[in-house]
Amino acid sequence: MNPVMKFIHKTGSPAFFYRFSGLLVPWLWAAFILLAGWGLYQGLWVVPADYLQGDSFRIIYIHVPSAWMSLLIYFVMAVLGIIGLVWHIRVAEILSICSAPIGAAFTAVALITGSLWGRPTWGTYWVWDARLTSELVLLFLYLGVMGLYAAIDEPRKAHRSAALLAAVGLVNLPIIHYSVDWWNTLHQGSTVSLLGGSKMHPSMLIPLLVMAVAAKFFYGANLLTRARNHLLAQDFRKRWARDALLKGERQP
Amino acid sequence: MSGASPRQAFAALLRRDLLLAVRNRNEILQPLLFLLVVVSLFPLGLGPGPTLLGRIAPGVIWIAALLASMLSLDNLFRSDYEDGVLEQLIVSGQPLTVLVLAKMLAHWLTAGVPIIVLCPLLAVWLNLPAFALPTLVKSLLLGTPILTLVGAIGAALTVGLRQGGQLLALLVFPLLVPVLIFATGAVTLVVDGVQDTAHLGLLAALLMLAMTLAPFGCAAALKISVS
Repeated sequence: MNPVMKFIHKTGSPAFFYRFSGLLVPWLWAAFILLAGWGLYQGLWVVPADYLQGDSFRIIYIHVPSAWMSLLIYFVMAVLGIIGLVWHIRVAEILSICSAPIGAAFTAVALITGSLWGRPTWGTYWVWDARLTSELVLLFLYLGVMGLYAAIDEPRKAHRSAALLAAVGLVNLPIIHYSVDWWNTLHQGSTVSLLGGSKMHPSMLIPLLVMAVAAKFFYGANLLTRARNHLLAQDFRKRWARDALLKGERQP
Repeated sequence: MSGASPRQAFAALLRRDLLLAVRNRNEILQPLLFLLVVVSLFPLGLGPGPTLLGRIAPGVIWIAALLASMLSLDNLFRSDYEDGVLEQLIVSGQPLTVLVLAKMLAHWLTAGVPIIVLCPLLAVWLNLPAFALPTLVKSLLLGTPILTLVGAIGAALTVGLRQGGQLLALLVFPLLVPVLIFATGAVTLVVDGVQDTAHLGLLAALLMLAMTLAPFGCAAALKISVS
């Protein structure tokens, strides 16, 4: 068997995944707290106020990382779902469905912070602008996946149905994005770009990037914590779960 | 396994579904009546001013068509699921994508085409300028098959569920946002005196994409739902 598939099947065994992720989770939470603490301190206190927007611009330190995460998590959720569908790997299915609430929360945070920022800056809480609208549609896609999962009683079928829906949404997402873009645009263009050089002073940019990395650690930590609980809840009659619960976690 | 070719299976299933639809006329008529009632509510709620109605006509007709097709899609696989026909189709040995395509075509012929036939009446009610009617018909001709194709995936995922109908709308409407934008965009542009070819072209592209991918998605969804 080739090493990649071997790795996938080994980490795909619930007992191994549970032990392995148990080692990882504290480090991920610690990294998140450190990075977010520094990034928020810099962003909210150290960085000077914007000369045009005043202090209200500081909301980007939450808003922009959330908006980035909302798309990234959808992509990860759909890919994990496809992996679960194709190779019947249960851990991938569980990671996929456990991503949905986190992604929906990030999407909601991006929408709420965006509208709070829009009130002083654009003069309105909500406009039917392209990015706002596609973010709202993204939230509906997340809620659809979660709703479908919740509506099906049998766990395995629920996982597979939700994963398929996420995959269909993944094909549709770029189409939705561009159709809405064409329909109406008010949101400013991207300020941060990887290649072309960002239109933002480094003292403002670095805390933003740190916050973006912190958001990824938050996702990883939250996802693994959720997936571990989910696995235990589903497998609590199996032997490995009893061992893990009764004896405490033995280090491998 | 019978010796029927996929083409014969396709034709047989299409004929069966059409026959069932003709014998159960209520199932065809109810979504259409729903469509008429919904559209007639808009002038009552917004006031009968002809200029306002003319502006919103494309959107109202399209949204009503969307809602009406969700009503009929909910039934696409349900009765077959309940009496076990769906399982027989899956184990028949015929490619499920072909069978699903036959069911989709039957649904479009009995639910999509009647909407297109009714749309001149709706356009008159809502005071849509007569010169925009051909574009409205074209947008419905290109768009309603997409409603069936994409909606069928949702119908297949929700087939065994109790509150399937409401869930179906939540699953499918976000996926149909581009169809709504391009279809109403085309008609609105024509009303404003601009060419409609770009929007209709994109709508045709979406139709091609849905036709090639949706049967596979729908077949996979059915296999999950019936297993």
